[in-house]
Amino acid sequence: MARMKFLCDADRCIECNACVTACKNEHEVPWGINRRRVVTLNDGLPGERSVSMACMHCTDAPCASVCPVSCFYTTADAVVLHNKDTCIGCGYCSYACPFGAPQYPQTANFGTRGKMDKCTYCSGGPEPDMSQAEYVKYGANRLAEGKLPLCAEMCSTKALLAGDGDIIAEIYRERVVTRGYGSGAWGWRTAYGETLTV
Amino acid sequence: MTHHLSRLFGIIALSLGLMLAVPATQAQAQVNPTASSVTEDALFDTLGPGNAAVAGRTSIADPNAGYLIKPENRSWAALQGSTLHTVSIVLIVGMIVLLAGFYMIRGRIRVEGGLSGRKILRFTAIERFAHWTLASTFIILALTGLNLIIGRSVILPLVGEATFGTMTAWGKLAHNFLAWPFMVALALIVVFWLVHNLPARVDWQWIKQGGGLLKKGAHPPAGKFNAGQKLIFWSVVLGGAALSFTGYMLMFPMQAGGFESWQFYQTIHALAAGILSAIIIAHIYLGSVGMEGAFDAMGSGEVDENWAKEHHALWVEEVQGAAAKGTAAPGRTHPAE
Repeated sequence: MARMKFLCDADRCIECNACVTACKNEHEVPWGINRRRVVTLNDGLPGERSVSMACMHCTDAPCASVCPVSCFYTTADAVVLHNKDTCIGCGYCSYACPFGAPQYPQTANFGTRGKMDKCTYCSGGPEPDMSQAEYVKYGANRLAEGKLPLCAEMCSTKALLAGDGDIIAEIYRERVVTRGYGSGAWGWRTAYGETLTV
Repeated sequence: MTHHLSRLFGIIALSLGLMLAVPATQAQAQVNPTASSVTEDALFDTLGPGNAAVAGRTSIADPNAGYLIKPENRSWAALQGSTLHTVSIVLIVGMIVLLAGFYMIRGRIRVEGGLSGRKILRFTAIERFAHWTLASTFIILALTGLNLIIGRSVILPLVGEATFGTMTAWGKLAHNFLAWPFMVALALIVVFWLVHNLPARVDWQWIKQGGGLLKKGAHPPAGKFNAGQKLIFWSVVLGGAALSFTGYMLMFPMQAGGFESWQFYQTIHALAAGILSAIIIAHIYLGSVGMEGAFDAMGSGEVDENWAKEHHALWVEEVQGAAAKGTAAPGRTHPAE
């Protein structure tokens, strides 16, 4: 089984936000929920870089370690998913997440948090693969269809890479060697406890 | 001649200068993107230790969305996921073991003079109402809160994920809504009992004698509340206030600020809850099985006169003195014993 990861090549990302839009469209994500976002560092300054960020599907995921109801689970592909039927919307995972991945719809009075929503690596949830129930709660299950996450698949500059960690790391290394520079695999050290060396 | 010489020098100097300058201009002209390539490491380094969060601009209105990477969040995850879990269990189980040990050594604290059958009013109906509102909401808040910390390792394996999820969702609702009557009752007990819980000289005596808890026949004098009860009162008031404030901030996170504040409030909330729960377990023990005659104070509101004399001698004098004055009889009346 693969160890699925995301890698955003910050030297290629042009902050077009198409990954954000594609994600919202593919999964029919409700208003106000951003499973993926693009953050621009040093905006307007020399060395400006944009990074597309979503759930990084951490090794030893901090969200899972703080969840009071243990609703998180890790798939065979090392994707971190959660069960919305169990989730109580307490918000602890959002306090623990280093990447700001967990999102909450406002469902009731006093701004009560609804059930947490986050990037599923386009691989749904605990319901049967590609079922309607799964689609309503978690969105499309592209992994079950043999496809990779849409955000990365449609990235116009191929800045955002998704797939087995070793393979995308190799693609990135080739790029860095060929062009002679690279700002690194953003978030890998925090998410996987190891960074990518070229 | 000199003119020619100076010209020659000029040419030599110029060519020398060019020779030196050429490599420099070549280096400047060559584009080196690596120099301006911002790496994650470089950004973390400039942020320094303990402040490691990389933030930028996003098109999302939420200011928290600008944080790209916050590695420090993992430390809170470890604190909440394992440390607070252990601390809570140690506090609760530790107190229960301590009380069990105390019960085995000291047994139930009896009214030594026997029950007199005469009753003195200790708490009025409105005082008891405030106490029991505070007590019942606290017990539910404590249990539902404890469930959030240790439920997944204690109850989840027993009932399964689906049941536990539903149960905890209801628990969270109860926790959020019962917090309000808890706060009202907390304010009420402050109004009713603050004046009786101010430190007094006699408290020192009580503390020095260990409240007479450990020795039979030792009954240090006390007013309406002894030093131990005053400690419980201040623990409840200060702990309850801390819980109310941090709980309010957790309920309305947008008022609290960002991630650091939420993590801070959650940690304080859990710690204060653990400590106060342990104190309250001791309070429940002494108010029920631990001491004969104590429960009546909050049950019917009337305590046995002998119990009152043993545990709150100064208060009995005060009450009976006032009653005696009320009937215009000088001095204090001492019932025959």
